[in-house]
Amino acid sequence: MKLTIERAALLKALGHVQAVVERRNTIPILSNVLIEASGDQARFTATDLDMEIVEATGARVDREGMVTAPAHTLYEIARKLPDGADVTLEMASDDPRMSLSAGRSRFNLPALPPSDFPVMPSEDLAVTFQAPADQMARLIDKTRFAVSTEETRYYLNGIHIHVADRDRRPVLRAVATDGHRLALAEMQLPSGAEAMAAIIVPRKAVNEIRRLLEDANDDVTVSVSEGKIRFGFGAAVLTSKLIDGSFPDYERVIPRGNDKLMRVDRAPFAQAVDRVATISQEKSRSIKLSMSQGQVVLTVNNPESGQASEELSADYSSDEMHIGFNARYLLDVAAQIGGDEVVFEFNDSASPTRVTDSGDPDAEYVLMPLRV
Amino acid sequence: MNEPLINYCRACHTRFNGVHEYCPACGDHALLSHPQIDQLSIAHIDCDAFFASVEKRDNPELDDKPVIIGGGQRGVVSTACYIARLYGVRSAMPMFKALELCPDAVVISPKGGRYGVVGRQIRDMMFDTTPLVEPLSIDEAFLDLTGTQRLHKCAPVLTLLKLQQHIYDEVGVTVSVGLSHNKFLAKTASELDKPNGFSIIPPRDTLDILAPMSVRAVYGVGPAFAKKLEDQGLRTLKDVRKLSDKDLAHRYGEAGLRLARLSRGEDSRKVKLERVRKSVSGETTFHRDICDLETLKSKLWDQCVRVADEMKTKGVAGHVVTLKLKTADFKSLTRRRTLNAPAQLADTLYKTACPLLEAEPKGRYYRLIGVGYSDLVAAQGDVGDLLDPNALKRAAIERASDVARAKFGKDIIQKGLSFKSQAPKKKTEP
Repeated sequence: MKLTIERAALLKALGHVQAVVERRNTIPILSNVLIEASGDQARFTATDLDMEIVEATGARVDREGMVTAPAHTLYEIARKLPDGADVTLEMASDDPRMSLSAGRSRFNLPALPPSDFPVMPSEDLAVTFQAPADQMARLIDKTRFAVSTEETRYYLNGIHIHVADRDRRPVLRAVATDGHRLALAEMQLPSGAEAMAAIIVPRKAVNEIRRLLEDANDDVTVSVSEGKIRFGFGAAVLTSKLIDGSFPDYERVIPRGNDKLMRVDRAPFAQAVDRVATISQEKSRSIKLSMSQGQVVLTVNNPESGQASEELSADYSSDEMHIGFNARYLLDVAAQIGGDEVVFEFNDSASPTRVTDSGDPDAEYVLMPLRV
Repeated sequence: MNEPLINYCRACHTRFNGVHEYCPACGDHALLSHPQIDQLSIAHIDCDAFFASVEKRDNPELDDKPVIIGGGQRGVVSTACYIARLYGVRSAMPMFKALELCPDAVVISPKGGRYGVVGRQIRDMMFDTTPLVEPLSIDEAFLDLTGTQRLHKCAPVLTLLKLQQHIYDEVGVTVSVGLSHNKFLAKTASELDKPNGFSIIPPRDTLDILAPMSVRAVYGVGPAFAKKLEDQGLRTLKDVRKLSDKDLAHRYGEAGLRLARLSRGEDSRKVKLERVRKSVSGETTFHRDICDLETLKSKLWDQCVRVADEMKTKGVAGHVVTLKLKTADFKSLTRRRTLNAPAQLADTLYKTACPLLEAEPKGRYYRLIGVGYSDLVAAQGDVGDLLDPNALKRAAIERASDVARAKFGKDIIQKGLSFKSQAPKKKTEP
């Protein structure tokens, strides 16, 4: 195999695929990227057995063939080569190593046989639809912070995406929860997605999809089957296994009847939370909200590092009440609020609180209070 | 070598210089003598046959009888008094074997709480001597007496002689003291002359004293490692010293390098105060190996309650749950789970650990189960779970039953789950 590719194209392709490759691998071939040269294209493939990213890019192919080489090393080299360099990758039949040359630089990298490279079995992905890249990115951003990292309930280790009904309007809904907070966001149902099954996209895939969406400008192609999801971003294609489990009935968790309403300006609120949380205990990060007519007082009381409080004006006219939250959770939610105001709907200090965004009716959040 | 020889009489604590065969003050022969003796300040104090000594102290009739502390259905010797040791009885020996060697022995089952009280009494006396006490267990500790000379107006060696006497007078048990210039040597010294011993290892004599010692005597060299060393002809520390550090590190890794240093008596560990608790855990060894999942679960529940009780007393909550199992053939397994939020309840602990237990292959026999919380924070934890609306209710029930247990005794309220472990189902061995 011999191909020559422009450094920028190589860097972009490797940048997209190498993120899948785990830093530590017990199976050596999984540290490698598969490079295939044919026609006037180079195809780069990386996998961790649960997820695969393939990216094709234009290249001058002198001799068709395949090779696998260490993904992170190759990426680091490409990163350090001078801009505009032409990079030649060559695998000669008499040398077990792949050579890389660019200008006066020359590298020999250990290669492993391409026949050992695990290929994700291709299967029919029944449902395919087009969705605007920015809308998909929004769904992910508004929910992924709530994805659980606890392995016991593995079905919470991803974003639950499914077709739902909002006021008789079909929507594509994303939900994530770790049992302490829940985030939900919706977008208009893309045409062709109606028959999509309810799925759970694992956290690692979510993060990679989000990264690739960064470089995608208009529509992305989404294909879904029982066990897999595929995102087509033009040159790059990501295929991931789905979490095999059923997401809990989250609807009953969202409190709809909470009657104590508080509206507070987003930016001053987020800054105040951040300020007083400075002295909250590192791990519990408990912060108390005390609401009374027209105001809310944020307090942190830490026996070791002291006490902090800040007063904010707020639109509140119900009975006085106190409620505790994890400061981190408040900040995570505040960061996703796009409108000017955060709207809290309380019931009492021990029951879940619903939070909405004054500027986005298609997203909502639920927070479990802490004892204070 | 023309420094004057310094002597301390172990009987009357008199200090005198020069070469003497017996104490010029009281005529006793037990002398501690070395030119460098006043410079030693790291000590290891170990109670002699502690549990047995406490029993003998409380019951003078046992004084001249061989006493073995231990029992239970697993039947191993926990402590043997020095008379029983004459018959060859050792701790961790199966009870039937101990009784074969010493049929006249008085066997007493251990009284945990009683020994704890006596152990703390001794520890308090150590703390009166120096603030730097590092307890290793209920009956042994390291003491750093560096800089206490001004306070006690005498060298550490004399302070320790007085402490040894004081412990005997006040508590009625004997201790053995090792005094040297680092922890490893202090511990080694305390082993040299037991019971009621006092040994010193001064820097100048370190290499000679260590040379003939077996590698097995080194703390941290277990039977497996010792076997490996001996197979390669490394029986004593002198043998070990013949190899270079590099060689030993190459052969045995980190453990080899450590052994190389210790073979020359080098140990840079400091005497540290008791460290902050990083975890709370409980474990139990079964009377007979258990395979039945339901029985294991009820044993697990009992330990969860124990751990949760301690967590609540200390007012801490933990982020990580660890399940520990030991199989019938002594393999240890641990399984960990990180929680999304800290917890302290028995309910949460059990609900997290139980799936870990269930995930283990069926049909295996276990001899031990343990469970614990770690990564602790000062908090109550258990903030409830959106997806498990009953979690808060169960938490309230657990806290309410805690109140009742505090008032009427720990066994007043128990879950049905516990009863299984009290009457284990008869299982036929495979």
